[in-house]
Amino acid sequence: MVPAFPCRRRNNFMSDPTPQPSIVSLRNVSKVYRRGMQSLVVLESISFDIVKGEFLALMGPSGSGKSTLLNLIAGIDTVDGGTISVDGIDIATLSESDLARWRSAHVGFIFQFYNLIPVLTAFENVELPLLLTSLSRKERKEHVETALLVVGLADRMEHYPSQLSGGQQQRVAIARAIVTDPTIIVADEPTGDLDRVSAQEILDLLDRLNADSGKTIIMVTHDPRAAEKAHVIRHLDKGELQDVHP
Amino acid sequence: MFILKLLVKNALRHRLRTLLTIMGITIALLSFGLLRTVVTAWYAGVNASSANRLVTRNSISLVFSLPVSYTERIKKVEGIKGISYASWFGGIYINEKNFFPNFAIEPSSYFDQYPEFVLPADQKKAFINDRKGCVAGRRLAERYGWKIGDNITLKGTIYPGNWEFVLRGIYEGADKSTDEGQFFFHWNYLNETLRKTVPRRADQAGVFIISVKNPQVAAETSLAVDALFKNSLAETLTETEKAFQLSFVSMTEAIVIAIQIVSFVVIFIIMAVVANTMAMTARERIGEYAIFKAMGFRSWHIAGIIFGESLCITMAGCILGSALTYPVAWKFGQVMERFFPIFHVDNNTLLLDLLFSLLIGIVAAVFPAWRAINIKIADGLRRIG
Repeated sequence: MVPAFPCRRRNNFMSDPTPQPSIVSLRNVSKVYRRGMQSLVVLESISFDIVKGEFLALMGPSGSGKSTLLNLIAGIDTVDGGTISVDGIDIATLSESDLARWRSAHVGFIFQFYNLIPVLTAFENVELPLLLTSLSRKERKEHVETALLVVGLADRMEHYPSQLSGGQQQRVAIARAIVTDPTIIVADEPTGDLDRVSAQEILDLLDRLNADSGKTIIMVTHDPRAAEKAHVIRHLDKGELQDVHP
Repeated sequence: MFILKLLVKNALRHRLRTLLTIMGITIALLSFGLLRTVVTAWYAGVNASSANRLVTRNSISLVFSLPVSYTERIKKVEGIKGISYASWFGGIYINEKNFFPNFAIEPSSYFDQYPEFVLPADQKKAFINDRKGCVAGRRLAERYGWKIGDNITLKGTIYPGNWEFVLRGIYEGADKSTDEGQFFFHWNYLNETLRKTVPRRADQAGVFIISVKNPQVAAETSLAVDALFKNSLAETLTETEKAFQLSFVSMTEAIVIAIQIVSFVVIFIIMAVVANTMAMTARERIGEYAIFKAMGFRSWHIAGIIFGESLCITMAGCILGSALTYPVAWKFGQVMERFFPIFHVDNNTLLLDLLFSLLIGIVAAVFPAWRAINIKIADGLRRIG
């Protein structure tokens, strides 16, 4: 059962001095890509924690392994070594089917190219993840309308992706990511395909979601302006964690 | 409802491609339906055979006739309910183009053996009472505009000369599988003429039509009939009407087999076409399937979307193809009436249309679904953008 959305509460991550519980925990995570006889180490012995309500930016040059790391945390790729625990669940031990079920309940995805289904309206695109829940049609409608209201697209529900601007499409994608009230939101270059104004709007929206609803957001970005919104910035280079900027 | 909407919307994403594929399926199923109907029409005589009827002919060949005097002896065989006889006349109406089956029959008993030929009592009586009377099927009479009382002249091919008849009756089929394209006249009329012109061919019948009381003892009855004439000058071969009709079909069996093979080849070709469409569709949407999987949709969801879309397309083609089969078969049947007096779309043909549509839809989606299920989410997402 998906809890009622959204859980409107102010996130006190930055101001609250009490230690926050860790929601994502990575221990000695490594990932190797193999092509024939060649092996390419993409991530090597990565360990860090992400606390609940954190807005984390993963930065680094192309090929540094940041998207791979994001995929591992989101459960769409598997580790070759180490453990990833999200909300107390070691996702490396889950079967493919259980992992899919886990993703549907715990992860919201935001992609660089929005990845909306072009034949579905904004409403239907947002409704899509809810089809995997036991919600009734009426409840689904309420959730979708709330999610679209949060992203400021209540008046664009019946529009198809092709009838929306890039920024609006990304807002629909964000609504789709938050509609199931997931434990974490993973965003892979969410502003990478947007102009400056739209990018700023998206970053403000993510910031608001983090601040108001306490959503834990893990964002991969190249853009230093985007990273400024994060509480924590982690740099990756050649598969290794470089430093942390709180 | 949502999923059905998604399937239809997905199917219509490339309208032209989908339309062409549906058209292909429609034409394939229409061809399949027509070819199957031709095969069914080929076997119409076999299918219309009665289990209660036996046919006795000369054991050497159907070309040779039997003495009509056999009638009384056959009648005495146990289990026989009734008997009549007929001779193939092979006459033509006006010219060779106007060919239809015509028989010289024993008028008072023949229609008793064929209850499926429904002839009004007054017309039957008029026919029996007129030595030159004849009876035609409804469709045959309609084809030539014959009415009761019309004079009809057939040109004999086996029995030379012009043979004049007066139409005394028009029979109708008891059901749509009954051939309404036949023509009957008095065997006596033929025989009396033969007695005068070719006496050695007189008092002969082509076949005896025997009705039995119990079809389960048809084999024993057949043997009993044939035993009567063992070692005679004209030995008999008695078989069920179905076997008798099948012997005609077997002469052209190679054609029937060729038609059947072609009908299945059509299905195989369209299966490849739909498989190609679905493969293209799945290849284009690998990224989308990855998104579905990332959101938590499982392999069977993805497979369901692909199979569903494939079935949407094939079932649209199936409905159109099956619906079009009726008018096209009707027109085809009209044009080919001389060769196929009974030409109607069988329910089994429609059932096969449906089954093959399902099969095409499923087979065409197997490979794309397998590919979509097995693609890694990260790999699929990399294909977007």
